[in-house]
Amino acid sequence: MANMNMIQALTSAMDIMLGKDPSVILMGEDIGYFGGVFRATEGLQRKYGEHRVIDTPIAEGGIVAAAIGMSINGLRPVAEIQFADYIYPGFDQIVSELARIRYRTAGDFFAPLTIRTPCGGGIRGGQTHSQSPEGIFTHVSGIKVVMPSNPFDAKGLLITCIEDDDPVVFFEPKRLYNGPFDGDPTKPAVPWNAHPKGQVDEGYYTVPLGKADIVRTGSEVTIITYGTMVFVAAAAAAAMNLDAEIIDLRSLVPLDVDTICTSVRKTGRCVVAHEATRFSGFGAELLSIVQEECFWDLEAPIQRVTGWDTPYPHAFEWEYFPGQARVSMALKTVMEPA
Amino acid sequence: MPIKSRLHLPHVPARPGEKPDFSYVQISPAGAVPRPQVNALVKDVAHLALEMVRVLDDNADAVGAWHPHLDASELQVGLRHMLLTRIYDERMQRMQRGGKISFYIRSLGEEAVSVAQGMALSPSDMLFPGYRNQGLQIVRGIPLVNLMCQLLSNTRDMCKGRQLPVMYHSKANNLFSISGNLATQFPQAVGWAMAAAIKGEGNLAATWIGEGSTAEADFHHALLFASVYQAPVILNVVNNQWAISTFQGYAGGEQRSFAARGPGYGMAGIRVDGNDFLAVYSVTQWAAERARTGGGPTLIELVTYRGAAHSTSDDPARYRAKDDAEHWPLGDPIIRLKAHMIKIGEWSEERHEALVAELEAQVVSSWKEAVTFGTLNEGPKLDSDLMFEDVFKEMPENLQRQQALMRKERS
Ligand SMILES: Cc1ncc(C[n+]2csc(CCOP(=O)(O)OP(=O)(O)O)c2C)c(N)n1
Repeated sequence: MANMNMIQALTSAMDIMLGKDPSVILMGEDIGYFGGVFRATEGLQRKYGEHRVIDTPIAEGGIVAAAIGMSINGLRPVAEIQFADYIYPGFDQIVSELARIRYRTAGDFFAPLTIRTPCGGGIRGGQTHSQSPEGIFTHVSGIKVVMPSNPFDAKGLLITCIEDDDPVVFFEPKRLYNGPFDGDPTKPAVPWNAHPKGQVDEGYYTVPLGKADIVRTGSEVTIITYGTMVFVAAAAAAAMNLDAEIIDLRSLVPLDVDTICTSVRKTGRCVVAHEATRFSGFGAELLSIVQEECFWDLEAPIQRVTGWDTPYPHAFEWEYFPGQARVSMALKTVMEPA
Repeated sequence: MPIKSRLHLPHVPARPGEKPDFSYVQISPAGAVPRPQVNALVKDVAHLALEMVRVLDDNADAVGAWHPHLDASELQVGLRHMLLTRIYDERMQRMQRGGKISFYIRSLGEEAVSVAQGMALSPSDMLFPGYRNQGLQIVRGIPLVNLMCQLLSNTRDMCKGRQLPVMYHSKANNLFSISGNLATQFPQAVGWAMAAAIKGEGNLAATWIGEGSTAEADFHHALLFASVYQAPVILNVVNNQWAISTFQGYAGGEQRSFAARGPGYGMAGIRVDGNDFLAVYSVTQWAAERARTGGGPTLIELVTYRGAAHSTSDDPARYRAKDDAEHWPLGDPIIRLKAHMIKIGEWSEERHEALVAELEAQVVSSWKEAVTFGTLNEGPKLDSDLMFEDVFKEMPENLQRQQALMRKERS
């Protein structure tokens, strides 16, 4: 076991897979010699060579398309899109091609491609370095969508994704790269080495897709969340002395419906929290599932905590971000007696 | 044995610890490239895309057919704008370091691109700048205070706090909003120019892109639409050799010049010494006249060097030779224009020093004024209600509700 932040854990996953499987290659903007703008591929080109850790032109559409071509010719590319905000030039290739290659060829062709991309706000990145577009991708049949919230899961999930024969978009909440974050920007940053999930096995291990993590068991309310909001929600519930059960989904597609419903049936109350915008967000899917599956167990309407339905504004980062205050309001509402 | 295919990786001339090497930069002697008529056929101007238009020679003389013969007063304005751009950049970089603004991007070494091109165009031409074109804002007369208030996201910010620093715009001055997403504005400029042609107006559009961003599909859409419709547009590729850590070879600059993409798409392409104020002015004037007289688009590649880090989030010592900039063979645009002006008797070291002092004082006093409208951390503060405006023309009900919730949350 070693102390790792989320970046180091991701690097370790890629390092292990490059070493283990000669068909794994990495590609992306600034990822080779430089090691990536967030340094996730640091040292890997030196170790595995320029033919396995490939710098690309600044063309997300080209990166995704070329990676698809490689993947149908026997490679397992891991493509980095520098920021999730810049994934859209590759959108057509992801939606119209990547997601459907297996389906339209009756399984004769498939594209084992992993697209890694940093997402989320909280770094004063303004509207073009802060987005959480996971819901745009979960809406497309045929691609898996993953978002870890800590170093241990990040590494195990990334290895699983690379080995998976289906395409995955792997979102990395960049505000969590260096430490858990409870939503209060005025507090000093907390590093991962003080957190149990910052203890990471140095070798090969996997974390399965479609299996949520119950971060905290509780009896009064279920909070379904993922990414940055895991820690914000936990802090808000703790501040209210609520015995909340906190579920970190980790993988949105496939989704662990069992864990969600078992918990809601137990607590009878549910709050869904994500950083992305609200309207047609992934939270809406979660609410529908809980409503369909657990309606007769619910004691209050399900609440949603999200970013506002605006672009991410530079000056109002913390007014936009769904911090503890917004989570608390939802928790208060959901806890009101009927 | 058949010869196997092999993945080629573009050569990067000098990484940290290696000797700077610019032997790959093809440089024509000043004055050597002929200047065709502005209505010449694309096939007859093919040489312009491969050679390098230069006017200022090593003796600080202006030579050859591209010499624009500007008045001394115009040269002085050009020098002033370039110096102001540089001094503004230095000061704002320091303010970022001091925590007053969240982010900054300098244009060190590339000042001639924006200033000479901005001056060669007319105020009614529509500009679609990139994030390293602050010189265009200065040429168009945007007060420094306005630019600074944008950097500060304060109560006078033209973007109402919604954009990262340096993403300025000015509707009144025909400067379109800068996008954080690379290359997106390149084809939009073509559309603007198509509209001008549809409406029968005489204005043209000009837009700027980094050589690294020419890799995006949007670049190619721009060239195709510009060529098909012969749109009155000037498409500028600022080849400053580096795209963060990525060398220009990775954008396709290794095999052929970026300017050569112009003739490839059926339009004129010109490669110019981007640090030669006079040459940049002159080729822009040529392209503008060509566009205004129905000759269609021109692609201009401005060969220059990114003298500073990519942005305040970047450290180039990690990926390029430390003294690279000092070996750049095309020199510094300010020093070169200044030397020429001194040589022709229109400038002096004393006047230069006085101008630097004047501009520094201007930047300092503008900053003092700008911060009275607030900084990121100190009041007065922008009203956070503004966050919900301008998503749509009329605020829809869901946003009204969210605005009310936000107020409650913050009370
Ligand atoms: C679509 C998109 N992809 C990636 C980025 C991240 N990014 C910002 S600037 C930059 C390098 C651009 O280099 P270049 O076009 O050569 O312009 P320069 O910065 O050198 O002026 C990159 C990759 C982005 N902003 N937008």
